[in-house]
Amino acid sequence: MSVQTHIPATAMPSRPAAGIHGTKMVARDVKVFYGAKQALKGINLEIQENRVMALIGPSGCGKSTFLRCLNRMNDTIENCRVEGLIALDGEDVYGKNIDAVQLRARVGMVFQKPNPFPKSIYDNIAYGPRIHGIASHRDEMDEIVQTSLQRAGLWNEVKDRLREPGTGLSGGQQQRLCIARAIAVSPEVILMDEPCSALDPIATAHIEELIDELRENYTIVIVTHNMQQAARVSQKTAFFHLGDMVECDDTEEIFTNPRDERTQGYITGRYG
Amino acid sequence: MSVAVTKSRYQSEEFSARLRRRYAAERRFRIAGMVAVGIASLMLVVLLGSIVSKGYTAFWQAQIRLEVTLDKQQVEERNYTAIVRQALYAQVPAATDRATRRSLNDLLSSGAPYELEAMVNANPSLVGTTQTVWVRADDEIDQFMKGFIRRDVPESERRLNDVKIAAIDALVANGSIRSTFNTTLFTAGDSREPEQAGILGAVVGSALTLVVTMLLSVPIGIAAAVYLEEFAPKNRWTDLIEVNINNLAAVPSIIFGLLGLAVFLGFFGLPRSAPLVGGLVMALMTLPVIIIASRVALKAVPPSIREAALGVGASPLQTVTHHVLPLALPGILTGTIIGMARALGETAPLLMIGMVAFIVDIPGGLTDSATAIPVQIYMWADSPERAFTERTSAAILILLAFLILMNGLAVFLRKKFERRW
Repeated sequence: MSVQTHIPATAMPSRPAAGIHGTKMVARDVKVFYGAKQALKGINLEIQENRVMALIGPSGCGKSTFLRCLNRMNDTIENCRVEGLIALDGEDVYGKNIDAVQLRARVGMVFQKPNPFPKSIYDNIAYGPRIHGIASHRDEMDEIVQTSLQRAGLWNEVKDRLREPGTGLSGGQQQRLCIARAIAVSPEVILMDEPCSALDPIATAHIEELIDELRENYTIVIVTHNMQQAARVSQKTAFFHLGDMVECDDTEEIFTNPRDERTQGYITGRYG
Repeated sequence: MSVAVTKSRYQSEEFSARLRRRYAAERRFRIAGMVAVGIASLMLVVLLGSIVSKGYTAFWQAQIRLEVTLDKQQVEERNYTAIVRQALYAQVPAATDRATRRSLNDLLSSGAPYELEAMVNANPSLVGTTQTVWVRADDEIDQFMKGFIRRDVPESERRLNDVKIAAIDALVANGSIRSTFNTTLFTAGDSREPEQAGILGAVVGSALTLVVTMLLSVPIGIAAAVYLEEFAPKNRWTDLIEVNINNLAAVPSIIFGLLGLAVFLGFFGLPRSAPLVGGLVMALMTLPVIIIASRVALKAVPPSIREAALGVGASPLQTVTHHVLPLALPGILTGTIIGMARALGETAPLLMIGMVAFIVDIPGGLTDSATAIPVQIYMWADSPERAFTERTSAAILILLAFLILMNGLAVFLRKKFERRW
């Protein structure tokens, strides 16, 4: 049974890809092993500056694994081995010149499940700048907290209760808090691992708008299971399947004119 | 066309019978559970009831009123025994002959003259005056007043002879015997005389021991748990260490006592009977408990918090100290306090390192000779005097009070620091 997923033209990004977008991150023949099991079989991908790259594919295809290589979150997993080259601004992130802690300050991450610290809203945002010594005194920190929350579209909802615990917010607010927390350390790239999978449609719409605004200042890589979402928020889409990167192209191209039949099958809902 | 009325499988007689059996099984299980809880509660009530009923009398002590004349010459000769005795003879005018008076001498605690001396030393202006003082009665008088020595048994089988009983009756008649709260129990060290014996020496000994235990086992235990749980690679060596820690938690405490005897006393030559050594041994014993409890608490912290911290660029150590450890703290505290409570109630290892001695002085430092509450209970339980029986139970009550206090503290701290996410 095949259900044709029709994606209306209005859902496509209206904004034209203005100007030239430099390459922010590059992956060359990236292979990942969990013990003896190979999760990624040689990924080649270029991530462009100030654009949103969506990674789509069926469950277990390796898109989250790939995402977690980009800021070396896989380091924390026992038995995980990464081969190949991943570069940020031309520097190997697994090389000697880049430290994992420094890398994660430059490449922030938003997770699938909202995971605010069990601290106040203020402290959630202030934690990153504090450990990196970004703000030298209180006023500066207040400023960072405010702008981060404003950019994440949460300021008006929480400005009167910054001292209340972040865990008391609703799911959608918590996820925006996590985005604000990621923004607060001024990263260059933001990785999002299915940021809307635990949220309702209204909260999802909020986050999607936010992603669209954020790409003016940040490079964004988003993993999603929701193809409409990929179509709505991204300019580039990469389709992963069984540890391979099958196809990567402009989002419009992928959804209207996929070259590979596996991509065709997935976006039309034949499997996945 | 006939339509067969087919009942669904779930409406059949067989299914109903099956359902009834399932409910019956559930009912039986509930009843068994309630019976188990009932038996456990009953045991607890019997245990506590027997201790309380035997021990509560120890919190009261009989005192005898004396009108002491602090004669200057006698005070200078420090002949307080004579002063006390003369006052007592005056209270019982019927006793005139030497034999009766000798019997009367046993009515007062042998500590009475010292009590008087301490009073005079504290306030020399009393010399030359007549003072009304209440002094402790001998433990046998105390037991008689509490009804533990019965007057209806023949004199030859009784601890108190007829002369003493007559004297007590005379004292009761003129209101010279009273029962007061037994402060000595809380302010004195051990003594051969029950009415002069107190638990303070043992309490201080236990406290000093626990301080050493805590200072050593808490930081070492938590650091070991954090390293093993958060930083150590998972390989054969760490598996081996984990198995050994779990085994150590199950080693009988007397073995730790023997280890302490051989290593701390034998090899390092530390002093015998000292809270320092007791604390070292208890620390060895408590370490595995704290490590295991802390590891469980650290494991319970959701990985998403670690990822969140690492994701904003916190170093692994910052992740642990800023986020994981504070969240695991309630569990760690609970485990620690339960480990400490276990150390407080432990006797066997202390027997091995000599903390079982009869020590009258209240220890003032970590290397002074000392004993501990459970050891004090053990020694009092071994004493023949009737009055030590009730003091044994009273000491158990005091130990239980400390244990309940510590466990209550554990619950309070857990509630206070517990955070939901």
